[in-house]
Amino acid sequence: MTQVSMTVNGKAASGDVEGRTLLSSFLRDQLHLTGTHVGCDTSQCGACVVHVDGQAVKSCTMLAMEADGSEVSTIEGQAGADGSLNVIQQAFQDHHGLQCGFCTPGMVMSAAALLKENPKPSEAEVRAYLEGNICRCTGYHNIVKAIMAASGQDVGAMAAE
Amino acid sequence: MPKDGGIGASSKRREDVRFLTGVGNYTDDINVNGQAYVYFLRSDMAHGTLNSVDTSAASAMPGVVRVFTATDFEGVGSIPCGWQVTDKHGAPMQEPAHPVLATGKVRHVGEPIAAVVAETLEQARDAAEAIVVDITELPAVVDMKAALASGATKVHDDLENNLCYDWGFVEENKAATDAAFEAAAHVTTLELVNNRLVANPMEPRVAVGDYSRGTDEHTLYTTSQNPHVIRLLMGAFVLGIPEHKLRVVAPDVGGGFGTKIFHYQEEAFCTFAAKACNRAVKWTSSRTEAFISDAHGRDHVTKIELALDAENNFTALRTETHANMGAYLSTFAPSVPTWLHGTLMAGNYKTPLIYVNVKAVFTNTVPVDAYRGAGRPEATFQLERVVDKAARELGVDPIALRRQNFITEFPYATPVAVEYDTGDYHATMDKLEEMIDRSGFDARRAESEKNGKLRGLGVNCYIEACGIAPSNLVGQLGARAGLYESATVRVNATGGLVVMTGSHSHGQGHETSFAQVVAEMIGIDENMIEIVHGDTSKVPMGMGTYGSRSIAVGGSAMVRATEKIINKAKKIASHLLEASEADIELKDGAFSVAGTDKSVAWGDVTLAAYVPHNYPLEDIEPGLEETAFYDPSNFTYPSGAYACEVEVDPDTGKVSIERFAAADDFGNIINPMIVTGQVHGGLAQGIGQALLENCAYDENGQLLSASYMEYAMPRADDLPMFDVDHSCQTPCTHNPLGVKGCGEAGAIGSPPAVVNAVVDALQSAGKDVTHVDMPLSPDRVWEAMQ
Amino acid sequence: MYNFDVVKPERIADAVKELSDSSESQPLGGGQTLIPTLKQRLASPDKLVSLSAIPEMKGVCAGDDGSVCIGGATTHATVAAEASAYPALAATAAHIGDPAVRNRGTIGGSLANNDPSACYPAAALASGATIVTNAREIAADDYFQGMFTTALDEGEIITEVRFPVPEKANYQKFVQPASRFALVGVYVAKYADGVRVAITGASNDGVFRWAEAEAALSANFSADALDGLSLSGDDMISDLHGTGAYRAHLCAVMTKRAVAAAA
Repeated sequence: MTQVSMTVNGKAASGDVEGRTLLSSFLRDQLHLTGTHVGCDTSQCGACVVHVDGQAVKSCTMLAMEADGSEVSTIEGQAGADGSLNVIQQAFQDHHGLQCGFCTPGMVMSAAALLKENPKPSEAEVRAYLEGNICRCTGYHNIVKAIMAASGQDVGAMAAE
Repeated sequence: MPKDGGIGASSKRREDVRFLTGVGNYTDDINVNGQAYVYFLRSDMAHGTLNSVDTSAASAMPGVVRVFTATDFEGVGSIPCGWQVTDKHGAPMQEPAHPVLATGKVRHVGEPIAAVVAETLEQARDAAEAIVVDITELPAVVDMKAALASGATKVHDDLENNLCYDWGFVEENKAATDAAFEAAAHVTTLELVNNRLVANPMEPRVAVGDYSRGTDEHTLYTTSQNPHVIRLLMGAFVLGIPEHKLRVVAPDVGGGFGTKIFHYQEEAFCTFAAKACNRAVKWTSSRTEAFISDAHGRDHVTKIELALDAENNFTALRTETHANMGAYLSTFAPSVPTWLHGTLMAGNYKTPLIYVNVKAVFTNTVPVDAYRGAGRPEATFQLERVVDKAARELGVDPIALRRQNFITEFPYATPVAVEYDTGDYHATMDKLEEMIDRSGFDARRAESEKNGKLRGLGVNCYIEACGIAPSNLVGQLGARAGLYESATVRVNATGGLVVMTGSHSHGQGHETSFAQVVAEMIGIDENMIEIVHGDTSKVPMGMGTYGSRSIAVGGSAMVRATEKIINKAKKIASHLLEASEADIELKDGAFSVAGTDKSVAWGDVTLAAYVPHNYPLEDIEPGLEETAFYDPSNFTYPSGAYACEVEVDPDTGKVSIERFAAADDFGNIINPMIVTGQVHGGLAQGIGQALLENCAYDENGQLLSASYMEYAMPRADDLPMFDVDHSCQTPCTHNPLGVKGCGEAGAIGSPPAVVNAVVDALQSAGKDVTHVDMPLSPDRVWEAMQ
Repeated sequence: MYNFDVVKPERIADAVKELSDSSESQPLGGGQTLIPTLKQRLASPDKLVSLSAIPEMKGVCAGDDGSVCIGGATTHATVAAEASAYPALAATAAHIGDPAVRNRGTIGGSLANNDPSACYPAAALASGATIVTNAREIAADDYFQGMFTTALDEGEIITEVRFPVPEKANYQKFVQPASRFALVGVYVAKYADGVRVAITGASNDGVFRWAEAEAALSANFSADALDGLSLSGDDMISDLHGTGAYRAHLCAVMTKRAVAAAA
């Protein structure tokens, strides 16, 4: 066991981990931050996306020890201190960008990374950026719409409701 | 103006807040103090005789609590099948035993042979590697037609052969149907495959079994669409635990799509092992494990023939289907290719004679059961493909041929035993034509050609049967359960209320839409209503969520219970207002006396029910809680018309969806935003089936598409924005809300549109291609063009 | 996963020493392939030597000879953002995996793994790159030795990759629809002394150069020059997503497209 320390959603966090402990396991099992989900074992579904030092990563494909000393942010750190949804979260609710909610944390974290990099993405850019996030419920239509709305673009003209 | 609440309002979903902030409560988020973890040692061989399983070394490994094999399950029941189909000779289907852990033989890759319970998952997995399994490999039965050849290796030695049943429907119509083909002016024939799929909800299955010696109570937390069904099947048939000692909880569930309906071995194992080990036992499926243990979907091979007269009227339809059951009968497997498929073969058309033959076959593959649409996508696909092929053969417009044969008068009794209560197929087709700018298609095709691409337009209709189902009817058809739904409405003293529904929500948004209905009925704010589901200790009974039945059946039960509440509340109000009960009206959350200005607020009535100082105690009991069970009198019949425009890259065979339009008739609609979202999701799964998804086995029964590296899930850049409309509404005539259900439509209606469009594109380039089997992956399309 | 120790040296020499200390140790780049492999228990190292904390192995810079030099532990995202001196290479990096994978996966890890469907091997081979290790410099033509096989010795680390910058280049990836790896990927690079064409995804022998196409394009760098040229599908990968013949066909199509798009 080795102790790792990191800042998670602005708070210091530490714990003893094995070499094989994944960042996703550390977050879920040791810090009880169960909003980060694990939906596959081949690094494809993206339900586990968190930010490490400001960059989106798949926490199921990163060792906890590799995140030692890093700033980590997860879905639990996205809303305001009073619980108010941030712009992206609110857009997902407003545009029905989620159904079962399982892929949602990864989608929100990927969307945040995209908008940081590309504040006004086109529809094609949003779709391309979501290559590593699989949703089985929504058909992506309303996720794309929500992300574009969160970027401040007018989504009124996008197809149907 | 859109409404801002109640029925018809696009109310934002209340469940979203917890999901968006990471505080949902999925089964894998549940940890019970002192829990151990189970790892299943699964067969990597498709078929073999299990000679021995030596667990001695494994049992001595660090952290191991106990290792289980089949011998530990002697006396435990078989995983039951919930539907018995009768074959065309009147004999019951062949029904093999389905043990919790492989007994005597292994019959598919992924079948659990042994289970290790240990302090940690990794320790359990380490120990599983130390189990010595001696298997003599047997030839794998994979191809369905070969499985039925005489002398074929048997999947189950104690059965006569690999034929589960040979079903004919309607047997009495067979001779007349054959005669109609003899007399036909034109016959169109098509052989096709409805590709095997894996449902792939993003949340893998999880089960946590818990047990208290102090109270002899079992609790199972599980990723289920229907916790009460699991309680019944597992409690009564497998483990022998009475309902009052077994609580099943399905908390937030991350998608189901059918594959979380069924009772699985892992649930029975965790429940059993928790008692045997006297501690909680948790299983979390990996995605790799899910591919070889979740029930698969579809997998039909069909020959369909359509007979037409000289005026292009459909005169008869005949089909022969082989339906894969896999190695064991999953919970509803036998019903899917029969009662959920054969009864839909009339589609939207007044074909007078129909005969459907289905042979269900055992193979050494993962069990196959319902997946979004379940039987209805298979029916729609073959019918809408053969109609399209007929139009091309006859040189007539595919839409005109469909319109010519539409059913136009309702109710309509089909020759396949169902009665459509209502519908307007011309209306949805009119709407679709308005949406797709058909007159602009030639210009779009020319533009595509300029870019070196082939453009095609495909159209189809669909009809589905939802709201399953009248219990007495399905009982006659072989269902071993009733298919009603229950709801309890508990009004609290201060006027807020809780609805306990058997309709589990795992993405459908019931917590929002169900509240809208009750809010509308009483005239109170939606936020005064809480929807509770997913826990057998809270909800009296439930048959669960599948077959687009929640609002039609569960919603109707809720309406009935709410009506009972209102009736009782009116009695209380009449007492408080000193008026005749007949004169009491409920509007906007207040009871008033007709024709007067006397009224009493909802909250005053509910308070009186619980503080009955001024109360008609001689006539009615205090309290305000009512339960209703609703058993539907018919199925509901959503329908619609879909269109797809594709571009095909002739150099690579790659198909891209350029436009997709869906015009649906769902009857009345509670929350248009949610309905639209359900259609989007269904479309994505249908397009996924048509273009991307392929669950494939090799000849040795090894699963070739066993992870997301090989099984192509639709991604954001595979799909377009969808154009969805549900303004055509012919309300259901037999349920109180006039609703039909919307969950499966997209998955049912979209595959034929895609394939029809690709065939159109290829034929536009002069290619002699009449059909390509799904998925229309680039290599298959390219090969079809050569 | 089987358990293992993790060490994070900060200097190349320390990493090499850590790797030589144990025969069961393995370097860890971004882990985007290795960690899924470990999850399947297909490998059982006793120690992973992380290369993520070695500053001298990170970043993109210009070599004295005008080449683009990329540290072995540089992520795909960094190459995409910083290799502007070699736009086709930056564009290739920008389409490996998905954004989160690109933030972790490294060029050294990709080349060391030499997945037969990976993008970087095609880029390196077509560019005639030099694979620099802690011990030596290896020409790309000598480096790739078949599917998942390279010239690297046990414990040898890719510290840098040097890409001569071509006059024109382009990479065309036709994705396998599930994995999104290349079903066929063709990288074409035109240098003053000739054209190089490297193909990934297609062959059972891993990345390879298409000599006939190179000769034709060296004489006439236009898509038309490829007319009539084809590869045999006999030795190509045949799987759920396409036969060898289909892959061979795609090789020709993608090569033409790469030439047409080369800039």
